[in-house]
Amino acid sequence: MSAGFYYGMEVFLNGLMTGVLYSLVALGFVLIFKSSGIFNYAQGVMALFAALTLVGLQDGQVPFAHLINSIFGTQVHHFGWHLPALLAILLTAGVMVILAIVVERYILRHLVNQPDIILFMATIGLAYFMEGFGDLMWGSEIKKLDVGIPQGGNLWIEESTAFLGGDDFYGFYLDSLDIVAAVFAGLLVLSLVLFSQYTKTGRALRAVADDHQAALSVGISLRFIWVVVWSIAGFIALVAGIMWGSKSGVQFSLSLIALKALPVLMLGGFTSIPGAIVGGLIIGVGEKMFEFLIGAPFLGGATENWFAYMLALVFLVFRPQGLFGDKIIERV
Amino acid sequence: MTMAETYQTPDGRTIGGQVMEMKNITLRFGGVKAITDISFDIREGEIRAIIGPNGAGKSSMLNVMNGFYHPQEGEVWFHGKKRGPMKPHQIAKQGIARTFQNIALFSGMSTLDNIMTGRLTHMNTGILKQAMWWGPAEKEETENREVVEKVIDFLEIQTIRKTPVGRLPYGLQKRVELGRALAAEPKLLLLDEPMAGMNVEEKEDMSRFILDVNDEFGTTIALIEHDMGVVMDIADRVVVMDYGKKIGDGSPDEVRNNQDVIDAYLGVAHD
Repeated sequence: MSAGFYYGMEVFLNGLMTGVLYSLVALGFVLIFKSSGIFNYAQGVMALFAALTLVGLQDGQVPFAHLINSIFGTQVHHFGWHLPALLAILLTAGVMVILAIVVERYILRHLVNQPDIILFMATIGLAYFMEGFGDLMWGSEIKKLDVGIPQGGNLWIEESTAFLGGDDFYGFYLDSLDIVAAVFAGLLVLSLVLFSQYTKTGRALRAVADDHQAALSVGISLRFIWVVVWSIAGFIALVAGIMWGSKSGVQFSLSLIALKALPVLMLGGFTSIPGAIVGGLIIGVGEKMFEFLIGAPFLGGATENWFAYMLALVFLVFRPQGLFGDKIIERV
Repeated sequence: MTMAETYQTPDGRTIGGQVMEMKNITLRFGGVKAITDISFDIREGEIRAIIGPNGAGKSSMLNVMNGFYHPQEGEVWFHGKKRGPMKPHQIAKQGIARTFQNIALFSGMSTLDNIMTGRLTHMNTGILKQAMWWGPAEKEETENREVVEKVIDFLEIQTIRKTPVGRLPYGLQKRVELGRALAAEPKLLLLDEPMAGMNVEEKEDMSRFILDVNDEFGTTIALIEHDMGVVMDIADRVVVMDYGKKIGDGSPDEVRNNQDVIDAYLGVAHD
């Protein structure tokens, strides 16, 4: 095989790694959409908020420092301690649960049975509120997130695959961070699947996703389930936030990953968990391969920006319910 | 008859005291009255039917009983206590299970999982323990699974245990839905048109299951039907509704000979 083939394969593998992160963000959307029919525009901002909170807790930042200082004329910025990464992650997970409770208590509860578009607008409001709130709480400068995940090219993989392509090929270049991210995302999905299949709350989650009335009639509290679902979506946002944040720093553009999840959802279907995963992988691999094979040589590059949306559009025309979505049946 | 503490059925069962009592229930949707000043009771161990033509307000009545609707006037008494404003899931926890006219199963889930959801009111371990599949959570799953297996045996649906219910034929779906309600071991079982849309053979099966449930577990059952024939065979007492009002209440024989009921069902000449 020529070196070109192996470079193509390297692009493919890198695409898979990126795809895993897309899947992760899309998964957060699907969970909330399935259980409550809400398209949660705030999912991306939740990732940002989680990452901000994590950095803040880890570095011992004083929350609302700017606000406190300008009101009281003080000069507080740091508590002076530094939390271990694991503890900070657990605390942030706790914050995401509190967020879920607040969202249920102050937003969802008041909007039950409203048209979908109202709920969608509410999540847009929530997204911008959280963006501003995160800014107020932790400041707007770009922060470095380091929870101890190795970064940079993985030498072991590079060296042990170098022999494949002969003299022109130096082995697959894969970022360690991407590998760790893929493994964690995989574990997260696996534990989610196990939880939803083999526990009573998991069963209740699936029940609510299927039929609200019937769920109520067997004694399931919708409010409790919404808190659980938003908490899980919060955990997923946290994992996504850690991975993207470690890669490119915690900055406000992090919330834009929500937009990348949209084509994934169109491809995989809004109601399918396997769909979100497969859709993410297809988009990840697709946009990298397209750039490598067609974009860079023929179209002048930078196709990664639009390829995903293009692919989603094509899918919408031929299979509007997505790969795994519920079939749309119109009865006349 | 309704005033006595207990009464004997013709087939020799003893029916006990009140499980539920509806007192002067009036339900309005905006200006439309769905139910007007209806009172009746349901007694321990009986099969109580609510019948009436389409649009009589039967389903609305059932929805009041399980808390989907809150009547503007009147009181619901359950086991000797007046019921305050409660959510449907809280009422389910009190021991009222139900089925729906247009089957409301969790169609993506298997028969087994659907019936397992009926056990939710009997399961109490916390979410963290479940997440870690900790001892008590596992034990609870196993115990409740046993109850569910009994229900599955009882309803003779062993062969479809793992089938997603969305793929089952209509009659079997109705049976699974009954199973889900039974799994809750309810103090009061509400059935919304259990025989609707069934062929004669399926109707006979369903009637037999309803009688067996009542007989073997002593479950108190309230059921809605608009098909008079089946109901008269299995019910101990019948409430008849028409245009949201109660027009008859008593044993099947009494109701059958009630002139108002005959008029409602067969129509009456207006002169």
